[in-house]
Amino acid sequence: MSVSAVIERGTAASRAAGIGIAAIVVLLAVAPQFLSAGMVDRMTALFIYVILAAMWNALAGFGGLVSVGQQLFFGLGAYFAIRLANAGLNPFVSLFVSAIVVGAVSWPISLFMLRLKNGEFAIGMWVIAALTHLLVNLDRLIQGETGTSLISLNVYDASTRRLTIYWLALASMTALLAILFGLLRGSTGAAIRAIRDNEDAAASVGVRVTGTKRLLFVLAAFGIGVAGALWLATAITFQPKTYFNVQWTAYMIFMVLVGGIGTFEGAILGALLFFLIETWFGGTGVWYLIGLGATALVFSLFLPRGLWGTLEERFGWRLLSVGYRVRLPADEATGGAALPANTTTHREKA
Amino acid sequence: MSNQIIQGILLGGYYALIACGLSFMFSVMRIINLAHGSLAVLSAFALWFLASRFHISPFLGLAIVLPLMAVIGWALQRFLLERSARGGALLPILTTFGLAIVIDNVLFEQFGADTRSLAPFIGSLSYDSWEWPGSIFVGKLAVIIFVTAVILLGGLQLFLTRTGLGRSIRATSEDPDTAGLVGVDSRRAMAIAAAIAMVTVGLAGAFLGMRATFDPYAGATQLLFAFEAAVIGGAGSLWGTLVGGIVLALAQTLGAKIHPQGFLIGGHLAFLIVLFVRLYTSGLGLRGLLRLSAGKAS
Amino acid sequence: MSLLSIEDLVIRHGLLQAVRGVSFGVERGETLALVGANGAGKTTLLRAIAGAHQAAAGRVLFDGTDLSGVPSHERVRRGIALVPEGRRLFVQMTVEENLLLGRTAGRPGDWSVDRVLDTFPNLKPRRHAKAGHLSGGEQQATAIGRALMSNPDLLLLDEVSLGLSPLVVDRVYASLQGLMNSGTTIILVEQDLNRALSVSSKVMCMLEGRIALAGDSSSVSRDEVTKAYFGLHRKNAGGMPA
Repeated sequence: MSVSAVIERGTAASRAAGIGIAAIVVLLAVAPQFLSAGMVDRMTALFIYVILAAMWNALAGFGGLVSVGQQLFFGLGAYFAIRLANAGLNPFVSLFVSAIVVGAVSWPISLFMLRLKNGEFAIGMWVIAALTHLLVNLDRLIQGETGTSLISLNVYDASTRRLTIYWLALASMTALLAILFGLLRGSTGAAIRAIRDNEDAAASVGVRVTGTKRLLFVLAAFGIGVAGALWLATAITFQPKTYFNVQWTAYMIFMVLVGGIGTFEGAILGALLFFLIETWFGGTGVWYLIGLGATALVFSLFLPRGLWGTLEERFGWRLLSVGYRVRLPADEATGGAALPANTTTHREKA
Repeated sequence: MSNQIIQGILLGGYYALIACGLSFMFSVMRIINLAHGSLAVLSAFALWFLASRFHISPFLGLAIVLPLMAVIGWALQRFLLERSARGGALLPILTTFGLAIVIDNVLFEQFGADTRSLAPFIGSLSYDSWEWPGSIFVGKLAVIIFVTAVILLGGLQLFLTRTGLGRSIRATSEDPDTAGLVGVDSRRAMAIAAAIAMVTVGLAGAFLGMRATFDPYAGATQLLFAFEAAVIGGAGSLWGTLVGGIVLALAQTLGAKIHPQGFLIGGHLAFLIVLFVRLYTSGLGLRGLLRLSAGKAS
Repeated sequence: MSLLSIEDLVIRHGLLQAVRGVSFGVERGETLALVGANGAGKTTLLRAIAGAHQAAAGRVLFDGTDLSGVPSHERVRRGIALVPEGRRLFVQMTVEENLLLGRTAGRPGDWSVDRVLDTFPNLKPRRHAKAGHLSGGEQQATAIGRALMSNPDLLLLDEVSLGLSPLVVDRVYASLQGLMNSGTTIILVEQDLNRALSVSSKVMCMLEGRIALAGDSSSVSRDEVTKAYFGLHRKNAGGMPA
């Protein structure tokens, strides 16, 4: 077939989206001026949710690694921050040093865990999280399940603390999303998409499957470590049970599954939806949790591509273009049955 | 010390019981059911409900709960797993995880946060023991659980090797497409396998309730135990599960001896060590670690 | 009425059309040899009859009933058995267990494990051996035996001689001869043209998913088949009438 295909990086819409995003970030940065203290805290929580969703999506949606033990890194992010602050480091600085430590710790874990497949990896991560939780409990500083607090943060007054954490969360979210976006758009992105589409085929054409997965694993650990440390900063208290709770992974799965697994925008959309649902229904307690579980269940069965993935597929939407897309100029009707299938094949979904 | 070893071995029977359903389902459907532990707890709650509300002894209650669990297993496969497995290997993990969250929280909604136990409903069995030579006391219940596990594993083994249905299930587990071409209804075989697995889960839940306490969120721990015992037992036969259960229980016993909070840590560490050794000595890294019974591999 | 009628059958593998509108019929007791180059669509056609591939268009009628949407295990129950390419035995199970699986469909008939072992005497000492430990010839015999255990009305044989030494192939075909004489309807895919023509009553040559030649094995010359095989001959390209 000798049609000349047009290869694009991004669409006009995606360029507009780029400008829009910059504007949104600036708006969010100045927003605390106009928001109540409670709203600032809620927005901080939203940023943390976006980080969690994006990082779990990086691992599962792009790396094909579904983990139900990501609370490991969330808890460790908080724990190391406590430890570092206790050793005399500035509490705000310790939040980020802690995440770096988490990233460093995740590397040896990846050597081991990435040899497991699918369900074995998923639940193996859970075992590691459970074990780490128990070991953290043994730390005298933590006092078992009683927990402790990030006391040194109390030297700052409440509003300074609130604003600083807000900006740190916003900056972390923006930076992590930018890193992920950069990864997906760069040469690693091609490898990631190849792995996502067909791991064996990717390996056979020379894609470094394990190396790429390890990169995503460490990035996700680091990002979730940041999120855990930031959560600690907002909550001050550290109870191991709260941070090493599988609920955190449940939230991540919910956000990504509903938003659209394997789509960059979907994770963000999922986090937003989760934030709204929590705001509206979080007070209903156990029914809220039942609803989350049931929604995840239903999405996995009937809409596994999530909201964004489904919309994108149907309308060819793309705001943030992380790959290339091939547009065949021929009218689909003229190409017979083969053509529409072709365009879907080549249309990258990231 | 020998007393503790015997207690550990007997506890391993319970772990084998809860693990065999997990590895059985994995070997037939290639799915790790993350709702496995929650379903065991569901069974425990069902028995508790029958006992406390209608004064039905938990042993009699099994006559009601086990068939129910079989139906749940069948429905689980037909309506959830079959559909989500078509979407690839990752989706069933998410589906069953969602299911686990639903079950846990529905139980919480129904029964509250209190810890329950079936021990009050089984009379003296919960504390009676036999004295063995060397003044070793073994709990009657622990022995019953162990014997049940051995009988169940043996029965399952016989069923898989000696009956047509068992052969159909093994054929489906090896190659579902070819199984269809020789006349096996592989969808039916999988649904039956899921039903059988859930009966073992129901039994495990009953013993969980009799020998210990449980609450609505106890499923996660049971899932981890089941997974650990199944992986430690690893390749070979269903009897591997029993070995895995015993190793896990002994490691926990040893852990508890070393440190007051070492019980769970000991088990997790044993699991990781076995996993580590297995991964680095046998090159199994790219293949499944859990595998069937009557000798299967792919 | 033909035992099997194929009407305008189209099978797709993704975007590829493996079978592109094929029609033919097979009468009771006939042995149809299906020949053609690799990728001509022979295996796909057999697998579609057995229910392993769904038709994109057209129908498969067996004993007068449309098989559309009928799953493979149900087709076995109705009397179609496939000996798949590469044998596809259950390697973790013994020879006897593999054979017994063939009985799952529960069709009445004369075939039993003992009769299969009598038909393929080389299997006798291997009865309790794991199928994964068998030689190529033993595996093929087991695969054929497994199909026979369902007492089929129609037996589909996909390249039963593949990977076997000529001597073993002779033995396998000698055993099959008995079946053919007993009136079992057979469709076989065979690369060896001479053998295909000598054992069959009808021959059909496929080329790029279509029937390039069809006729009585006794009246078609080897030369004609060879031409059809390479696409040099397009007689009766629409297929023989069903």
